[in-house]
Amino acid sequence: MSETAPEASGMRWTRWLPLALFGLFAVVVTWGLVHPKDDTVRSRFVGQPLPAFDLPAAADGKPGLVSADFAGKPMLLNVFASWCIPCAAEAPQLTQLAAAGAQINGVAIRDHKEDLAAFLARNGNPYVRIGADNLGKVQLAIGSSGVPETFVIDGKGVIRYQHIGDIRAEDVPMLLGKLKEAGQ
Amino acid sequence: MIAEFGLAALWFAAALALLQLVAGSLALTSRGTALAALVRPIAMVQGALVLATFAALLWVFAVTDLSVKLVAMNSHSAKPLLYKIAGAWGNHEGSMLLWVTVMGLAGGFVALVERRLTEANMMATLAGQAFVALGFYAFLLFASNPFERLNPVPAEGQGLNPLLQDPGLAFHPPTLYLGYVGLSIAFSFAIGALVTREVGPAFARAMRPWVLGAWIFLTLGITAGSYWAYYELGWGGWWFWDPVENASLMPWLAATALLHSAGVLAARNALRAWTVMLGVVAFSMSMVGTFLVRSGILTSVHAFAVDPKRGTFILGLLAIYIGGALTLFALRAATVTEGERFSVTSRESALVFNNVMLTGVLGIVLMGTLYPLVTEAFGEKVSVGPPYFNPMGAVFVVPMLIVLAVGPLLRWRRDSLKRVRLSLLAPGVIALGCLAAAIVLAPGKVLPIIGLALAPAIALASLLPLRGRKLRQVKLPLWGMVVAHFGIAVALFGMACDSAFTTERLVAMRVGDTASVGPWQIRLAKIDPVAGPNWTALEATLQAGYKGSAPIETHPQARTFWAPVQNTAESALLTRWNGQLYTVLGDEAEDGRWQLRLWWKPFVPMIWLGGMLIALGGLLALIGRVWSDVRRAIARDKIAYRRERQGR
Repeated sequence: MSETAPEASGMRWTRWLPLALFGLFAVVVTWGLVHPKDDTVRSRFVGQPLPAFDLPAAADGKPGLVSADFAGKPMLLNVFASWCIPCAAEAPQLTQLAAAGAQINGVAIRDHKEDLAAFLARNGNPYVRIGADNLGKVQLAIGSSGVPETFVIDGKGVIRYQHIGDIRAEDVPMLLGKLKEAGQ
Repeated sequence: MIAEFGLAALWFAAALALLQLVAGSLALTSRGTALAALVRPIAMVQGALVLATFAALLWVFAVTDLSVKLVAMNSHSAKPLLYKIAGAWGNHEGSMLLWVTVMGLAGGFVALVERRLTEANMMATLAGQAFVALGFYAFLLFASNPFERLNPVPAEGQGLNPLLQDPGLAFHPPTLYLGYVGLSIAFSFAIGALVTREVGPAFARAMRPWVLGAWIFLTLGITAGSYWAYYELGWGGWWFWDPVENASLMPWLAATALLHSAGVLAARNALRAWTVMLGVVAFSMSMVGTFLVRSGILTSVHAFAVDPKRGTFILGLLAIYIGGALTLFALRAATVTEGERFSVTSRESALVFNNVMLTGVLGIVLMGTLYPLVTEAFGEKVSVGPPYFNPMGAVFVVPMLIVLAVGPLLRWRRDSLKRVRLSLLAPGVIALGCLAAAIVLAPGKVLPIIGLALAPAIALASLLPLRGRKLRQVKLPLWGMVVAHFGIAVALFGMACDSAFTTERLVAMRVGDTASVGPWQIRLAKIDPVAGPNWTALEATLQAGYKGSAPIETHPQARTFWAPVQNTAESALLTRWNGQLYTVLGDEAEDGRWQLRLWWKPFVPMIWLGGMLIALGGLLALIGRVWSDVRRAIARDKIAYRRERQGR
């Protein structure tokens, strides 16, 4: 049985080993910081034609929404609800998009006429048509899992882009760009 | 007003940390000795000020002061008070403030009570603590001010993630932070010891209670976090090798190794350089974990608000503190390496083995956590999960568990296996018996079989150090070791049973239908809408009967929170002594049938029971150590007092 000293002074370079390992770590994570990762999950429905649907009018004074309405030119399909707070937050951006010439059709999820009227009165009404999706069936059929979400639909009724979450100010030019792209 | 008070107190505390660093460093030079008397009081006042800052943050959250940006972003007036307060640390800025609060308090506490180290070592330690704290103060004040005001004041806040609105989770982050940041004391002790070249048993004894304290909180935090993930996520699993979980596991592994090597240093004056190294590594792992989580460079199920700028800031701090400490180590290690020698068969060797294996696991976890980042650099996205972590970790954990059974029976310095051979006969026989039984009961599942074979043997072996002793005279630290090692066996048994024997069923049931899972018969009695303070839910009433006995009701829910809008599945658990029935309510299908996910998980609660036993073992050891320190200090004071009187 031999006497051992596991930390006998040994070779000098071993003492620098921890620092070298940390250096390696720093290089890897610095690279990670410089190259932000691409986390986007693309909807399986992007590139697919809209499924056929026929929704009744959700609010007085605005017609309901049929899948055939998405024809002729690229439009936005905004999935929203009066009970959803981020939807109120994105309302100014929708108004801005409408002012820039985008046609926006809404799908109101599980909503009531009175609540919706109050919501539109308070936050503005940028929609051309609003369909009432009281069971959330259309929402599921187009691959949306929450509110708000906004889809870019081209003139042939094909889903070209899906924006998940509320539209921030910086998303407005991006969405206008996507609309233009879809029109080409 | 309160917010401005908090910010002012934070600036003052940061200024005091700077003063503490300068005064502590100067006190080490021959000219600055006069400053030494200042350092301890400064550390204590700094602790008090940062506590006041944190209290101010709790206050603005408690009253939902929406003019504070952080409150408006993370709270809502309709939340229950508990979650309003918990919201204070359920976000980036608040949690970083919690971080410096714990650091300041720990530093102040060390300054108040620690009397064993030489004055020079103490000055270096407190200066080190202030140096580390300063970086985090700067981070808060320049990049994450928690008291920023918002103009105009919004009418309502944006709410807190519903998954976080759970009483268990309200106290999960503070517990973990006490652990993470408590390790900063070990880091500062290591720096102080390297600077003053005073690495010896006194250093280890001074550091040990702090490491123990932090380790207890880490153990509890990880155990609670695992249980939370188990019942809250509704996936039936208890550990997902998620980066955030790994971030809490890595400091724990390093701290566990540190505890054991500090024991060797305290008792035998060996493993000097290694112990100092672990002191640096343990807190470094806390910082690395925080960086990985907060910078967002890794994908995790835990969604934190992510900002690359903040990531860069924390990376800068890592480079300064970890890089600096490791450089200091490389330069100074030569002067502390030599320690007492010991034979291959000895308590020391077993503990060295434990340390090497724990470090191995640490390396495996760190590599697995960073690997996706490395492959992404080469353009490939991968996700590393259980198929890597489980077998690779087992390579180190299994030998470690075997040595865990033997090591505590060995004597310090030199021993022979012949002496302990007889005592190990019984655990050995049990292990072989259980191995045979497990191969029959769970054929083909390698890791669970090993776990089932080892757990009962380790449980027995962990009690062996008590053999032949009068139980009432056994010292608390020994009880602590026995309880903690027994806890490991208990947790191991739970994990092995969960992987080997869990049965799962996904069923679609109409109201009135009955389904079975394992020994349970489950009837879906009804589905009712229910409402809580900020959510509504559909609640199923299940009547679950165990092997034909009278049914017990259990109520899984599908909840919808409205601020912010999110659906969560609230699983329902029915616990028996021999396992848990786990039920989750899913969606309603078109034909009126309800999806239900049912699990029967034999002995699964033993995982968390084991975790709590491990923490309890730590607590017993801590009480024992602190108690003997206090007694020694009182005895010393008495002698000093007597001498003084005789001198007169």
